[in-house]
Amino acid sequence: MADTPLKPEERVLFALRGLYQKYGYSQFKMSKFEEYDLYARNKDFLISDGVITFTDTDGRLMALKPDVTLSIIKNTRNAPGDIQKLYYSENVYRVSGSTRQFKEILQTGLECIGDVDLYNLCEVISLAAQSLNTIGERYVLDLSHMGVVSALVDALGLDADTRGQVLRCIGEKNADGVRKLCPDMDTEGIRALIAARGPAAKVVESLRPWCAEGAAKAALDELAQVAGILDAIGCGGVQVDFSIVNDMNYYNGIVFMGYIDGIPASVLSGGQYDKLMQRMGSPARAVGFAIYMDLLERLSGEQSPYDVDTVLLYDDGADVMSLTRAVRFLTDSGTAVCAMKRIPEKLRYRQLLRFEDGGIRTNA
Amino acid sequence: MLNIALPKGRLGEKVYAMFAAAGFECPSILEPNRKLIFENEAAGVRYFWVKPSDVAIYVERGAADIGVAGKDILLEYAPEVYELMDLNVGLCRMAVAAKRDFRDNPARTLRVATKFANIARGYYAGLGRDIDIIHLNGSIEIAPILGLSDVIVDIVETGKTLLENDLVPMETIVPISARLIANKASYKFHADEIEAVAQGLKGQVKAD
Repeated sequence: MADTPLKPEERVLFALRGLYQKYGYSQFKMSKFEEYDLYARNKDFLISDGVITFTDTDGRLMALKPDVTLSIIKNTRNAPGDIQKLYYSENVYRVSGSTRQFKEILQTGLECIGDVDLYNLCEVISLAAQSLNTIGERYVLDLSHMGVVSALVDALGLDADTRGQVLRCIGEKNADGVRKLCPDMDTEGIRALIAARGPAAKVVESLRPWCAEGAAKAALDELAQVAGILDAIGCGGVQVDFSIVNDMNYYNGIVFMGYIDGIPASVLSGGQYDKLMQRMGSPARAVGFAIYMDLLERLSGEQSPYDVDTVLLYDDGADVMSLTRAVRFLTDSGTAVCAMKRIPEKLRYRQLLRFEDGGIRTNA
Repeated sequence: MLNIALPKGRLGEKVYAMFAAAGFECPSILEPNRKLIFENEAAGVRYFWVKPSDVAIYVERGAADIGVAGKDILLEYAPEVYELMDLNVGLCRMAVAAKRDFRDNPARTLRVATKFANIARGYYAGLGRDIDIIHLNGSIEIAPILGLSDVIVDIVETGKTLLENDLVPMETIVPISARLIANKASYKFHADEIEAVAQGLKGQVKAD
């Protein structure tokens, strides 16, 4: 007990800070509040609907931050050719998927904003993989490319509503759904996209017949190039899966999602969001990811059967000086001690000692 | 070992027969007793019976790696899961029904009784119709009879229950069938096992 002072999420947070700083990312600290207008304008970028709002003393409608990325973009200014590398660890407030209630969620992540090139892209994805590796040994980082998905879906020439439904089917790996939505169309390419999963080299080749030219080919080539570089630098656990369908109004290029064995939902999510930058009036490019630290609670492992190692019982009349010395003696010898006059009903302890006549008695 | 959540009841038994025929049998499941969990280590599967509307929760939360849930539940609760296959069993439809003599008056708010509030809301939002949802948990059919609602949105299989209560189906909202679903994270670490089950089931699915 005495040797496990850090919870898994605290240990991970500490390690991630070190990792990001090693690659030249500096911490971005921000206020808990943001003007609501920022979220109202980019509502679809948020993972969940619902923002906690309040009116500030000057009458402005404010929000408790449901997201960090928008605030970072708003507060960064890039000169052409510049690049900003930032990481953060902040509480955000949003509706939790399963409970449909507001929750405070600790989110850690990083953003690379500015003149993002192929190197930066590979660095961020590699840092995502390394982050997952820090959290758990068995992890998977799924890569997808919005360019491949949108080119294959665009080729069907669907109306906006059906297009949205087809994209949802891709996200659900629902090949039967695609067939039913477009009964008279050749959807073989989309179904190949849904079935494609695994190492990049294998997946990319399986999709070549549907991505032989134009935007689809360029996107698939970029995905192959990035995956090739990651593979060459020994970045493990990376595979391709096109079921990551982020909002195309914000994301473009490569998007990714990370999973840890033992946690039933994705713990990491990220990608290139040049389109969001454009919407917010910036010519810069950007890539980043977020890790949902609240999910790491699931990794707590085995719980200690005891609340405390040693209970030291003392009476009202005990000499405080001697009692303090006795507690210090026990803690110095490596035992966690809880000194008290009465043992709470549900307290589980390894051993019980009694403080009597200025000394410790073991026959309690 | 794959954890598989099956819906208790007639549909579940039908679906289990498909799993068994696909090579993932667990004979002890057919013994008459009140056990809820059954395991066949050799086939690498552990089945458990849960309330049909709970299957998606077990799968979404990772207590089950895969499961079988009706499309009605998936549409209503929109769980974060993969929908790997339409098993083409448990066929029915989500429909709007009303009393035989019901005449819709678009000038008034339509009162809709249903167990499926999200599906009903989505359907009428698509029509631009203002509605008042009355959430009921069962015996939906009596709502229009007692004047509690104008119409109901519910699952219609043969239409017999509606008929017996002097109701008629008016519009089909969406066809319903049982779907094979998978937890997204489980799929990442057990993709080959899950795909083996899916492939096996594919051979058991009857064509439309």
